[in-house]
Amino acid sequence: MHPVRKQRLILVLVLVTLSSVAVGFVTYAMRENMDYFYAPSAFAAGEVPFEKRIRAGGCVVPGSVQRAEDSLDVRFVITDGEAELAVVFDKILPDLFAEGEAAVISGRLMQDGTMRADQVLAKHDETYTPPEVAESMVSHESCADGAKI
Amino acid sequence: MAWQWFHRLGSPRWFYQKTNVWLPWLALASVVLLSVGTVWGLGFAPEDAKQGNSYRIIFIHVPAAFLALAGYYIMAISGAIGLIWKMKLSFAVMRAAAPIGAVLTFISLFTGAVWGKPTWGTYWVWDARITSMLILLFLYIGVMALSQAVSREQVADKASALLALVGTVNIPIIYKSVDWWFTLHQPATIRLTESSSIDPSMFYPLLTMIIGFYCMYAWTLLTHTRALLLRREVRTQWAQQELAGGK
Repeated sequence: MHPVRKQRLILVLVLVTLSSVAVGFVTYAMRENMDYFYAPSAFAAGEVPFEKRIRAGGCVVPGSVQRAEDSLDVRFVITDGEAELAVVFDKILPDLFAEGEAAVISGRLMQDGTMRADQVLAKHDETYTPPEVAESMVSHESCADGAKI
Repeated sequence: MAWQWFHRLGSPRWFYQKTNVWLPWLALASVVLLSVGTVWGLGFAPEDAKQGNSYRIIFIHVPAAFLALAGYYIMAISGAIGLIWKMKLSFAVMRAAAPIGAVLTFISLFTGAVWGKPTWGTYWVWDARITSMLILLFLYIGVMALSQAVSREQVADKASALLALVGTVNIPIIYKSVDWWFTLHQPATIRLTESSSIDPSMFYPLLTMIIGFYCMYAWTLLTHTRALLLRREVRTQWAQQELAGGK
């Protein structure tokens, strides 16, 4: 290879390496801010501020969803396998919201440790199966398998 | 001597005449694969147990996102080759790749928003995957703008190649964002090292669409590069001959 071209090749590699390192440091410094939501164990560890708009994510514990009979009010519990967080919500839940599935909740953490939600989003997983295949598999409605979030 | 083939590859005339033969085949392959994949995916693949029919948007969303990422590397590597070997052809490929990549990135963001509403319950969230994909769109638009911003073509080529190279940092971030951070976007379905978490009856139409998108990408990129080359080389004899022969 011609020495001039070799020099330019080295310059290009240095440019890419240096910019990767720089961006790597920035993302490393912001690693917690890059998370879209807190896991329930972060709430249990006291890392989440009270009365501030935050997001929580976790698997909806099967059997924990309680709906009010005269209003849209709903209460449920989410978990990440280590800790649990109680959520109250008073609007319409998304279609894919289900027990044993993940959900991401925006709202405020109240002093009593429950979360008052103003938005609930359903987080679907990366598996795609036809209904017949899904039925023949073991029921998926539990948060046991690592409570993937 | 060993580099001779490489320099010949950089000749616009040689490239123009070689690719003339490939274009009809690429066009045929993309039309056939995309039609088969679309009919198969939308009409014959079973619906998803949880998402019903709304999952079918993956047949466009996933291939477009694949090519948006792969196309960025094509753009950046062409830019690097242009910087190192001062090759006109590779700068033309870089310029041609930018708008195609921008359109593919926009398609994946748009189909993602359309898909997000019925499944997540929202069109848009600022999670790591979606935000880094938006940055990719801005990078593509930046390369397009920079390559037009300077009237001296060689300066514009160099500047946009440098921007494209710095932007490559974003590609692994997009790819790994769903594993590194908590995001609303689900992790990857198709994995090279582990088994994919998609039923074969849905995977094969998806694979057809992905290969079809690759063919369509190659077809569009070559056509656009050829047009750019003709415009750049319009004063040369071969370009004049091609232009006269085309009529």
